[in-house]
Amino acid sequence: MTTTTPPSTPPAGTGPAAAFVGAGRRLGTGAPVYVLLAVLLAALAITDPGFYEPDSFLAFVKRAAPLVILAAGQYMVIVSGGFDLSVGAVVTAGVVAGAEFYGSYPDAPWLLVTAGLLLAGAIVGLVNGLITTVLLVPSFITTLGMMLILEGAVFYWTGGSPQGVLPESFREFGRGEAGGRLPWAVLACLAVGALAVWLMRADFGRTLLATGDNDRAAALAGVRVPRVRTLAFVLSGAAAALAAVLIAGFSGVSAQAGRGLEFEAITAVVLGGVILGGGRGSVVAAMAGAFSLQALFTLLNLQGVSGALESTVQGIIVIVAVGLGATGSSGFSRLRRRRSPSSEGKSSS
Amino acid sequence: MTAVRTDAPAPPAGPRRRLPAAGRLKITDPVVGVWLAAAAVTLIGWIVVAADGGQFMTQANATGILQNSVALGLVAVGQSAVILTGSLDLSVAYLISLGTLVAAETMEGGSVVTAVLAVLALSAAVGLANGLIVTGLKVNAFIATLGMAFILRGYIEDNYTGPSGDVPASFQRLGYDRVGFVPVSVFLLIAVAVVLWLITKRTRLGHHMYATGGDEHAARLSGVRTRRTVIYAHVLCSLCVGAAALFLASRLGAGAPWAGTEARYDLDSIAAVVLGGTALAGGRGGVAGTLGGVLLLSVLDSIFNQLSVDPFFKNVVRGVVIIAAVALYARPFRRRAKARDEARAAEEAEKGALA
Repeated sequence: MTTTTPPSTPPAGTGPAAAFVGAGRRLGTGAPVYVLLAVLLAALAITDPGFYEPDSFLAFVKRAAPLVILAAGQYMVIVSGGFDLSVGAVVTAGVVAGAEFYGSYPDAPWLLVTAGLLLAGAIVGLVNGLITTVLLVPSFITTLGMMLILEGAVFYWTGGSPQGVLPESFREFGRGEAGGRLPWAVLACLAVGALAVWLMRADFGRTLLATGDNDRAAALAGVRVPRVRTLAFVLSGAAAALAAVLIAGFSGVSAQAGRGLEFEAITAVVLGGVILGGGRGSVVAAMAGAFSLQALFTLLNLQGVSGALESTVQGIIVIVAVGLGATGSSGFSRLRRRRSPSSEGKSSS
Repeated sequence: MTAVRTDAPAPPAGPRRRLPAAGRLKITDPVVGVWLAAAAVTLIGWIVVAADGGQFMTQANATGILQNSVALGLVAVGQSAVILTGSLDLSVAYLISLGTLVAAETMEGGSVVTAVLAVLALSAAVGLANGLIVTGLKVNAFIATLGMAFILRGYIEDNYTGPSGDVPASFQRLGYDRVGFVPVSVFLLIAVAVVLWLITKRTRLGHHMYATGGDEHAARLSGVRTRRTVIYAHVLCSLCVGAAALFLASRLGAGAPWAGTEARYDLDSIAAVVLGGTALAGGRGGVAGTLGGVLLLSVLDSIFNQLSVDPFFKNVVRGVVIIAAVALYARPFRRRAKARDEARAAEEAEKGALA
């Protein structure tokens, strides 16, 4: 069967079409998200002529930064074939824990607290990863349980209403600017992006993609699958903690700080053309997905769509965007198309 | 409680129908296991509460446990159908909220029958939309139903700010009447569960659901109309959710925008389904186990209430129980995977020796 199909496929793949397909492949499954982002940014420019003033644009990036960072972390887990539903709870727990810590030690240096939170986030990720890889609990359940545990623990600890005030020095990272111009959040966002791109080009990224695509094949090829998967969760946890620091600085202490962020992050990653189930998609596209989502929120605000209807529009756009991506050049349909010639070949022969 | 136990799990999963005999006995374990776990937790709860100076095995308490199982049970039974088919439904919570609102508002102005029909029609429409988006637009079920949840949420938040509508006393009897110590709503749950059990285990559609969930590609190549099957599963799930909405409306006496979201029926129902031994990837498990999972969760809740444990701490324990239970179910796989790896290593070593 496989010997009969190859002669029939090359003619279809030559000529200008091949070049087009090649270009599309280089952009990967993320191609539609760049179009979406461009459309949304153009729409923003039309709606609000002042949008591209450096200050307001930087403010937009600053608002987007936590979601972009969360999306980068979530991407690592999703591309390795899992889910991380605990990131929203990690954000809430991080914000509340920071406030509680400052309640007891008002003079703690902000750098130490930030580093401590990042470490704690990484540890949560490590636990998620170990439960998923050693105990073989599906990551959906592991991180769902972790979400319940973290949220329960935070509220149990604070008696339901988090107290405490975050000092200016700590909040500076989320709301202030470096050198008076460039917000720290934008710098953090760029740093995370650079780190993520570097990681995905390094051996780690290749093994991560291989694991998500087919973990048995990866294991047989010598990838230490459990270790790679666990590392992905650790990165996601640390990214969530960093997002928590930014959000704490930006909007202060709230028990609702991270509510729903896990779904927003997953939506952003999927908008970026990353396949749930793993093995396909680029981290830059995932982060572009987060920017698109934030641009969409901003646009809906500017257009005066009433706050309540906002989520309806968001739902429709997400479904349509992912649907177009899936029926277009990417996603499961590509998998199907790759498989279908063999089944047709079988029926015709 | 005993009423449920004798009704639902009696035919546990019929191992006879599940092919490859080797190792299958272990897989039926979760269904039996979760009911044993529910029984064990009940026993432990009884002892602990008694040691604490309380009364656990009271009629009022048993009624409460059953009452609390109904809403989650209805949703989880529906959720089992979609998860079996390899899909997922995250829109259930907002559908419940909208369902209670539609039910209460229709009952205020019209008859109960119209309201029931309206809620079921709404549910079927939402389920159909979910199914069509998943199969037609090929959007991953996670995103498709999450998007549907956002759409419903926007509609609810745009139109309702608080409780609305009024449920007549005649319909509230569904929520409050009981036969002996068994609330009548439990019979609704049992009826729905039996119907779903029959559909999944005894009809062609059910077999197609298992086949589609097990391996969609293989099912399609074997002539199963997988798209249609997924759509039916989503409609079935949403109808169950509609039933839950009707029950909650009768309990609350009005429609409430937070009826479904406050109790987190979306994630809780998935947790109950997985606790009941249904594989999240689809193709394995069933309704009987799900009911066990629901009962386990509500017995735990009841114990914590009796011991007046901090409600937030309850969530912590809930998370631990869910992870631990699924880790236990994964054990046979772990052992088998290990055995397989060892066998392969031995084989390769042998080959190496030959070469």
